[in-house]
Amino acid sequence: MIEQDWIWGFVGGLVIGTAGAVYLLVNGRIMGASGILGGLVDGSGMRTMWERIAFIAGVILAPIPLYPLYKEVDTHITGNLLAIVAAGLLVGIGTRLANGCTSGHGVCGMSRLSLRGIVATVFYILAGGLTMVVFKHVLGVI
Amino acid sequence: MRNLFAFISGALFGGGLFISGMTDTAKVQGWLDVFGDWDPTLAFVMGGAMIPMAIAWWFTQGRKPALGGDFPERPEPRIGRNLVVGSVLFGMGWGLVGLCPGPSLASLTYGGPGHWLFVAAMIAGMLAAVPLRRMLPAT
Repeated sequence: MIEQDWIWGFVGGLVIGTAGAVYLLVNGRIMGASGILGGLVDGSGMRTMWERIAFIAGVILAPIPLYPLYKEVDTHITGNLLAIVAAGLLVGIGTRLANGCTSGHGVCGMSRLSLRGIVATVFYILAGGLTMVVFKHVLGVI
Repeated sequence: MRNLFAFISGALFGGGLFISGMTDTAKVQGWLDVFGDWDPTLAFVMGGAMIPMAIAWWFTQGRKPALGGDFPERPEPRIGRNLVVGSVLFGMGWGLVGLCPGPSLASLTYGGPGHWLFVAAMIAGMLAAVPLRRMLPAT
């Protein structure tokens, strides 16, 4: 088994990019996780409901046969339920206001040199880094 | 046919997220934490994902999607308050727990109840965003 995390990261990245390429070239759509889910949640994407459900089913089910590949499947998620709820709300509101997340703005947007994708990515990375500084190094709660 | 390829694409996305380690919140927070024990993995994932995606965008020129319709038009390069405010809020949540929408879904079968709670809160946030979007116009 490959031990180096960055090799797994790079190979996984290639697979993620291939997923985006298939969704774009075959279905003609941008692969953005928050947009695909969000369109179902708020009803704005009901015209393409089954396409969205099929995509999400693939995302959820695909890791199951891959469990043996990875040395551990622990996601190290915090036990702080308040933090989980706050983070989930922030991610839900934020990605829908910004019209995209790491996959839509990050992977799909930046790879076509979209200004909106690049600006969004800069801001969410800065905000994420600052959150780490405040909550980990200053407050010490995560 | 569209649903089949959406499923295939979703499966590649979920599988890629799993093997890249991006459903491990410690790796994501480790990448964001430049003042701690910095973990470079996320940069390799992003870099790897850009390669097939950039080729795909190049390939769209003068063509149509395989199953018909049109490719998404390039959005106007307009940076509105919603893009900036939304991305900042998203980044805060991303840093706080180390999950973004894709990995939060990919990890549902093995991440435990914390991931279900996160996804439930994220869906509630997506619903809350509907009235907020009207208050914060795109320009």
